[in-house]
Amino acid sequence: MIGAFARVLAVIVMALASVFLLSPLVIIALSSLSPTPVFDLPIGGASLRWYAAVGSLDGFWPALLLSLEIALLSTAISLVIGTLAGIAIVRRIVPGAGVLAAATTSPLMMPGLVLGIALLQYFRSLGLTQTWTSLLLAHLVVTLPFVARTMVAGLSRFDFTLIDAARMLGCGFASSIWRVMVPALAPAYLTAALFAFLASMDNYPVSIFLTDARAKTLPIKMLQYIEESPDPSIAALSTFILIATLLLLFVADRAIGLHRLAGLEA
Amino acid sequence: MSRALEDGAALPRLAFRAPQLSAGVLLALPAAIVLLALYAIPLARLMASSFVGPSGLSFQAYGRILGDAYGRSLVWNSVRLGALTTMIALAVGYPAAFGLAFARGALRSLFLASLFLPLAASVIVKSFAWSTLMRSHGVVNEALMSLHLTSAPIRLLFTQVSLISGSVNIFLPFMILPIYSVIAQIDPRLTEAAATLGASPVRAFLRVVLPLSLPGVVAGVSLVFSLSVSAYVVPTLLMGESYPTLATTIARAFLLLRDPALGSAAGAILMALGLAVVVASHRFGEKSAGQ
Repeated sequence: MIGAFARVLAVIVMALASVFLLSPLVIIALSSLSPTPVFDLPIGGASLRWYAAVGSLDGFWPALLLSLEIALLSTAISLVIGTLAGIAIVRRIVPGAGVLAAATTSPLMMPGLVLGIALLQYFRSLGLTQTWTSLLLAHLVVTLPFVARTMVAGLSRFDFTLIDAARMLGCGFASSIWRVMVPALAPAYLTAALFAFLASMDNYPVSIFLTDARAKTLPIKMLQYIEESPDPSIAALSTFILIATLLLLFVADRAIGLHRLAGLEA
Repeated sequence: MSRALEDGAALPRLAFRAPQLSAGVLLALPAAIVLLALYAIPLARLMASSFVGPSGLSFQAYGRILGDAYGRSLVWNSVRLGALTTMIALAVGYPAAFGLAFARGALRSLFLASLFLPLAASVIVKSFAWSTLMRSHGVVNEALMSLHLTSAPIRLLFTQVSLISGSVNIFLPFMILPIYSVIAQIDPRLTEAAATLGASPVRAFLRVVLPLSLPGVVAGVSLVFSLSVSAYVVPTLLMGESYPTLATTIARAFLLLRDPALGSAAGAILMALGLAVVVASHRFGEKSAGQ
């Protein structure tokens, strides 16, 4: 009796939390339809003018492109080196596996601004002044902990004897990795890539120290824009991204199940 | 590589057992190099630079922060933001994670989407949207007035109510997801066994489920505290200049004041705060698990 009551209560708390979490997104989506140049709920009519305005936003497309380049590349590199390190950590075939595991996830706890200024001073002392290269290197540190954390969780649930079994049944080493290990780890890869990519795309505190007036990433451009002229075109741009993410989540739920992705977020 | 190993095998046996380790070391090497070259060394040098004064070794920058009332208020503002966000997120997130674990089918997918989807919207845009909710004629005030809970709009924006609620809104998924991923793995037969052995539901929860869920709580608390104590965008957009924190001071010191010693010292204090809570929560988790 108490158990059933507690269950219902817990589900209600989660439902309220969902409403709370989604409320700013609803505001963003509704504000994007505002007929006036004020970022607020549309009162007295809706308009799509801010969707048309997204295309002509000054300097947004270069910023979006730069953010996408940095996020995709840093996520791809982190997926490779994070998985390799994850295998070494989970199989304990490297000295100090525990320390390495703690070290790879510790940048998650590091204040972004601190990492940003540390890298700024370091790159300057090395004479590295190229914005693109320093952003990519910095975002490796931003994305690697998300990949390492999820891949260690995913790999520790992977039965490595399956590879031996596949090889005993006549599979080559490469094809046993490709046909046994990669499919089993697909949910972990998807989760790791999603979180790492979003962390890089939305990073403000590290990037702010490494960009200059000519090359800005999307979050830096957005904060500047919101502080100068907060019109609903930002809301329209965000609504685009939200709809794309919603479609992605729907496909991921159908293909793998969102609960399996969330289960790796240890 | 294999050539070198064969040569090594031909040599008299050395005390150094490199060949046995090499596969694992090679796998871990790229990540280790990234962490050392782009993380450990830059941070160590930053920490070192916070002790540099006009004439060599100096604790002047720390003195400027910890020595006067304004400096201490920066530390206190950061700690208050981190602590209140973490406590509220834990109080809501712990039962919510169980609600998520109990839900099935479409409801579970909906709950999970509400945790994942906000991560796709920029913190900047979400904070701004939150600030429009809190305006004097925003949704919250209109709702309060239509319910006749207040006759005139209450000032919410640029108060701690909007700051803390906005911060909880942004960091709550980082509390719920780690707790959920741990409790989803708890074998339901354990609570059934406890019930069979005569434990009441409350006792079964306190003695079986709660201790098993602690690793998730430790992970969530560490993550939410270290994210919220050092948040920059959230206090900037929801409080502005009236709530200076260590994080906003770091940005000001480097981008406006050109005072790297001050910024580095603020960074070192912020790092120490985050580290203290991470270590303390892990200790607490280990101690409770050991009992």
